[in-house]
Amino acid sequence: MSFHPNDVARRASASTLTLCAGFVVLTGAFFRTQVIQNKQYVMQSEENRLRPIPLPAPRGIIYDRKGEVIAENLPAYSVSITAPNEDSLRSALNQLTSTLQLEPYQINAAIRRYRRAPTRPTVVLNDASIDIVSVLEEHRLDYPRLIIQSVPKRYYPDGPAVASFIGYTSEISETELNRPEFEGYKPGQQIGKGGLEKFYEPKLHGREGVRFDEVDARGRPVRGEGPRPDLTPIGAPPLYTNIDMDLQRFTAAIFGDSLQGAAVALEPQTGAVLALYSAPAFDPNKFTGGIPADYYKELLTDKRRPLVNKAIQGRYEPGSTFKLATAILGLENKVVRLDEKMPVPCSGGYQYGSRYFRCWDKRGHGSLALEGAVKHSCDVYFYQLGLRIGMAKMIAGGIKLSFRDKSGIDLPEENRPYWPYAIQYYNERFGRNWSNAEVLNLAIGQGANSQTVVSMAKFYTALATDGRFARPGIARVAPTRTPVYNLTRQQDSAIKEALAAVVEAGGTAGASALVGMKLAGKTGTAQNAAGEDADHGWFVGYAPAGDPANPPKIVVALLIEFGEHGSRAARIASAIIAHYLGVRTQLSTWAEGE
Amino acid sequence: MSRAIVADYRLIFTAGLLSLFGLAMVYSAGQTDTPTSVASVYKSQAVWLIIGVGFAYAVAQSSVRFIEWMTVPLYALSIFLLGLTLVIGTGAGTAAGTKSWLAIGGIRVGQPSEIAKITVVLMLAKALADRREPARSLLDLWKPAIIVLVPWAIIMLQPDLGTGIVFIGIFFAMLYWAGVAWPLLILIASPAVSLILSFSVGLWGAWFFVLLALVLWYRPYLIEGIVLMVLNVATGVIAPMMWEKLAPYQQNRLRTFLDPSTDVRGSGYHVIQSKVAIGSGGVFGQGFTVGTQKRLAFLPEQHTDFIFAVVGEELGFVGVTVALGLFLWLFLRITRVAERANDSFSSLVAYGLMSGWFVHVLVNVGMTLNLMPITGIPLPFFSYGGSFMLACWLAVGILMRISGEGRGSALSLRR
Repeated sequence: MSFHPNDVARRASASTLTLCAGFVVLTGAFFRTQVIQNKQYVMQSEENRLRPIPLPAPRGIIYDRKGEVIAENLPAYSVSITAPNEDSLRSALNQLTSTLQLEPYQINAAIRRYRRAPTRPTVVLNDASIDIVSVLEEHRLDYPRLIIQSVPKRYYPDGPAVASFIGYTSEISETELNRPEFEGYKPGQQIGKGGLEKFYEPKLHGREGVRFDEVDARGRPVRGEGPRPDLTPIGAPPLYTNIDMDLQRFTAAIFGDSLQGAAVALEPQTGAVLALYSAPAFDPNKFTGGIPADYYKELLTDKRRPLVNKAIQGRYEPGSTFKLATAILGLENKVVRLDEKMPVPCSGGYQYGSRYFRCWDKRGHGSLALEGAVKHSCDVYFYQLGLRIGMAKMIAGGIKLSFRDKSGIDLPEENRPYWPYAIQYYNERFGRNWSNAEVLNLAIGQGANSQTVVSMAKFYTALATDGRFARPGIARVAPTRTPVYNLTRQQDSAIKEALAAVVEAGGTAGASALVGMKLAGKTGTAQNAAGEDADHGWFVGYAPAGDPANPPKIVVALLIEFGEHGSRAARIASAIIAHYLGVRTQLSTWAEGE
Repeated sequence: MSRAIVADYRLIFTAGLLSLFGLAMVYSAGQTDTPTSVASVYKSQAVWLIIGVGFAYAVAQSSVRFIEWMTVPLYALSIFLLGLTLVIGTGAGTAAGTKSWLAIGGIRVGQPSEIAKITVVLMLAKALADRREPARSLLDLWKPAIIVLVPWAIIMLQPDLGTGIVFIGIFFAMLYWAGVAWPLLILIASPAVSLILSFSVGLWGAWFFVLLALVLWYRPYLIEGIVLMVLNVATGVIAPMMWEKLAPYQQNRLRTFLDPSTDVRGSGYHVIQSKVAIGSGGVFGQGFTVGTQKRLAFLPEQHTDFIFAVVGEELGFVGVTVALGLFLWLFLRITRVAERANDSFSSLVAYGLMSGWFVHVLVNVGMTLNLMPITGIPLPFFSYGGSFMLACWLAVGILMRISGEGRGSALSLRR
């Protein structure tokens, strides 16, 4: 073969060139990967080995006006799992079913959470019992992808007593995740689902933290502390409320198990909600982290409708408690004077056209002026007053007094009360030939008029003060007061005296007076729409009354479903007011005397 | 009675440095968070290195003539051992489904293909050196072709595509070094090129015309030219047509036969993790033994096929450049040894051994960056493996001897 030195030298230099070229190409490829694309690969390497574990932030603690805890966080254990794909999640869940006692719906929920956020550890149980946790800890090595975390769990020490306004927390739902206000929320997170928890969700939520676990190729954590600094969860600041837990508990207790209805207690000057209760209540603690199906079914089928908030959702004819509104509209429209008696005296009823409208008291009240008419709640007087005001002004006046508006309380579930928007309402409802007699019904708080307990309480804050009512507020914020009517000083004090007279001997709630303090208020009866059951009883009032040096400190609106008449409601409201103001009711003195 | 010769210090120093570098990387490869059996393999690798150096010393004490004399029996022995793997062979590592290991009673004792790489080089060198004139026609090359074809066929039956590629590389490199004209080399390679280009009619057509022009210009024997063109048509046109006719499962079977690592999901994952490891190393690397991709087991076969990814991750671009620089330095030095060798046999042996290593480095290192297909071919002096370390140092011993006897060596200068 050709091994002439010249040939060999030529081939050797060609080989040298080839070798050098080969190594230059390789070195270039490494330069590109290691130096130019370094950042990208560092990121990929970190993604490989660092598994972010979300650390839930504790929700803001909710306090009452004296610093008592209404809502707090207790430590609980959540069990979640990381999975590279759905199949592996399914097989892991199947493995865990026996240990965790998983129900099929829990497995499905976990799979939905995974589909939504596959890179996040999928929550399997958000409140695992200590037994389950200890079993899992024993088998730690068998389930390398399992994450057991201590997480804050919402707890309401007073349970059912605060159910009417606190709401509850639970896992964010599929539909909620799609809504813009929940942008940035992740599946498996707990959010406020009702009441204050929902209304103040953005404030109460806090900021989720992240811990980075270093994991190996099989997903097994290899190190406790992460190589990247953790993002500590930031708990939300506390929420201070106007609630007086002592009064709230008293209110809940007085309703007990037998009564159903609602009570709202407001501070007349500020609208501060001192107590708000709807009976019967439920236990919001059982709702935390998912409502047990049987408990929910029990609540749904309960005829007393515990899931309907009777303080802010239930709408009832205000009955005679509304007569104060009619009185104010009459005075404002100057269709009646304080000392003026109506032409037709009360003989137990009033003939209007072809129809006879009865007074609640068959015996009749005789001839009365405004003050007496309020004290005795004389329907005949108010029929005639209503006719004087007229339908158009009646409806407009009701709208001006906010009987078509929500009270504005800081609860998401509040319903708007019913009140005709204009005369057209009647045209639409009855055609052209409706009777003017409708105004008679409106004048005594019946007809097309349904109010919530909280909206009546709000109206009476204006009566208790100077004609300005205050927006009911649970959270402690600057009060908002709006003037709603304008009466002369004389008219105003006459109304106030009339209200005080109701709770004096001879008034419709005479039995509910307080010892050493004037209570003002008005009873009412709401005709039950169904007609077969008993009527609902109202009382709305305030105390102390009649002393300019000692202005009213509390307004209470109270409704007892199927309570027959307002005098029963008045006795309960009087007990609540007495408890708050630290006085005794006349009734309790009599009871002691006997 | 052997002549006293002076050692080629540059050669042995470079090979020694590479081996120590490799041993350090094998040690590091075992340092994982969840300890595996890899943790202790550096110890046996060190033992194999010492044994290898001992063998190299022994070989360097003999003479080139003795080696040449031993060539035929050694070649025959290695063919026999290769054949034996088909009967009692097993697999390992990325090529677990193959039979490249000689196993006795389930215990793997070695890879005969590693030794065969050396004996084939020796045998080829002997065959090519015996010829007075360089091969002018394909028929002149029947002897070297048979020498390579026999072990190559056995290896492809194991199957071990990577080692097969090494044999082809050695074959062409040695023909080139022996003075075979480059047009003839291209003609020999043409059927394989046709096969590769057959996926595109246009590309294959263009190649066919280039080939036709080459044949007309180089003017091989008529019959050879016709046979070549027919072969090209067969591989470029008929083979793809036959391939189309095969059922998918048959295609898959053929594919896995040719390349056991066609498991796309598996090997794709390997390459991605290897690139991530290398890329995250940056300029200076994450530090010796602390590379996270390796430590947390994201990097597969980190002590064998993908050991260079450990170099990239832990020692960065600097470490990679040093390793590649050492290889280049070694190869250039061996080229020099081949150039100055006393006789054509020595020269061809040196060049053949070098080209084998070069293919190893190119394919293995290229594989870690996804520039080459995954073929499970180890990196000389680095990858863990007893027979391979032994074979590498045997080759170093032979090269030492050739260098010592060569012209322009220390000896000839002293004379």
